[in-house]
Amino acid sequence: MMSINLPLSVQIAFAGIALLLCIASCLSIMLQRRRPERNYNELRQRVRTWWIIVAVFAVAVLINRTTSVIVLGLISFLAFKEYLSLIPTRRADHRVLFWAYLAIPVQYYWVWAGWYGLFIIFIPIYVFLWLPMRMLLIGETQGFLRAIGTLHWGLMICVFSLSHMAFMLVLPAENNPGGGSMGILIYLIFLTEINDVAQYLWGKSLGKRKIVPKVSPNKTFAGFWGGVFSTAALAVLLAPWLTPLTRIEALGAGLLIGVAGFVGDVTISALKRDLGVKDSGSLLPGHGGILDRLDSLTYTAPLFFHYIYFLHY
Amino acid sequence: MLRRLFYLLLVKPLVLFLIGLNVRGREHLPTSGPAIVVANHNSHLDTLVLMSLFPQALIPQLHPVAAADYFCRNRWLKAFAVNIIGIIPIDRRTSARDGDTLAPLLTALDQGKILILFPEGTRGQPEQRGKFKSGVAHLLSKRPDVPIIPVFFNGLGKCLPKGEFVLVPFFVDVFIAPAIAWNGSRKSFMALLEQAFDALQNSADKPRFEEG
Repeated sequence: MMSINLPLSVQIAFAGIALLLCIASCLSIMLQRRRPERNYNELRQRVRTWWIIVAVFAVAVLINRTTSVIVLGLISFLAFKEYLSLIPTRRADHRVLFWAYLAIPVQYYWVWAGWYGLFIIFIPIYVFLWLPMRMLLIGETQGFLRAIGTLHWGLMICVFSLSHMAFMLVLPAENNPGGGSMGILIYLIFLTEINDVAQYLWGKSLGKRKIVPKVSPNKTFAGFWGGVFSTAALAVLLAPWLTPLTRIEALGAGLLIGVAGFVGDVTISALKRDLGVKDSGSLLPGHGGILDRLDSLTYTAPLFFHYIYFLHY
Repeated sequence: MLRRLFYLLLVKPLVLFLIGLNVRGREHLPTSGPAIVVANHNSHLDTLVLMSLFPQALIPQLHPVAAADYFCRNRWLKAFAVNIIGIIPIDRRTSARDGDTLAPLLTALDQGKILILFPEGTRGQPEQRGKFKSGVAHLLSKRPDVPIIPVFFNGLGKCLPKGEFVLVPFFVDVFIAPAIAWNGSRKSFMALLEQAFDALQNSADKPRFEEG
């Protein structure tokens, strides 16, 4: 009964993603066979983890609103936990951190209820004002600015930004005749991840001049532009199936996702470089931590959301 | 039975999802007794996390060694600690150290149990390792064939430090070293154990607490 309600375009989208992953699995197995002397374990592991990510995403998107909000809320929780485990925190702030965690279920409740007004101001205003107050009650002033600054930045990135993905699912389906309620989220995530891959592939094959040598020495101008234009082309191609965007609007969305995805990626790289770690965690074998996978989405999700919200909702 | 359910339904989900572990060297954990697992101690969670690393079938064989003055201070706590957690209570006053204090532990080892021991003796300051007490060496001098497996935790003192009852989730590192064998001397054995922990601790790359 579930598949009957799914728009045809969504079914095709998932079939397409499964096909892409099959190709990736076959390629990685073939590479290993062709050149047994080289070690492709990380690649194999990476592809295997991709299957799990897509399975979780399918559960998050396809079942119903409550399941979607819970799964995406748990993803925010894991990301925020990873962030807090990575950064230095003060012993005195134990209870403050607990309050910060509580912001996650509340934020996702606004999403579930479709309460746009609170969804959009809860973390930037209420949590922003409440946490420093709670910190003051404890009275530890040494390192206060650093503690509250890092805490709120983490909430904005891991909870506020990412919760925009969930809110896409509760936008009115009738505004998007092609893709229904889940079309734009699939569109966003697919383009963001493809943009990552495309930037990597263009950079590997043509890249010379480094774009942000101090933060991410492997990123090049060729990779950046190649990725942005590939993503924009794909955005125009997919838009009529999954979104209400016109061709020009879709071009804009593709450029936005391409550029923002890059910025999100290097922002998390800067964080990791500052802390002196290579990966943000070890939750996703072959990828690193969960933030390593969500990095681009922390930028593309809110930006693309407000772009399409302004134009069509 | 109740004990296995407690670990399966409550402890494992709590440890694996709410906290989340990054385990290195899991293959060094003993698969059968007698053996002694030795860990640093920062939080009540240490015991639960350690227990959750073992397969469910081994739970009846595992016994944390714990201070009688703390865990047996009232009837209800004692019943919970002994029957559900599965502790073996010992008297940690120095005067009682040798002789009878260790007797229940030796019996357990002779029955092929795996003991969990915190040689710091207490949870101490969060995320700081205290000096090891030599009880474990006394134990080994009497059962020299029992292997010792060092386990280092990093981060649990942040989740639930001493004196706190609100749990705050953090990813936690658990590093396990290969077994150490008794070398005949208490002093040099304790030095060996400290060395093993230093090595595990140095392989952790998480940020420490800021000063203040």
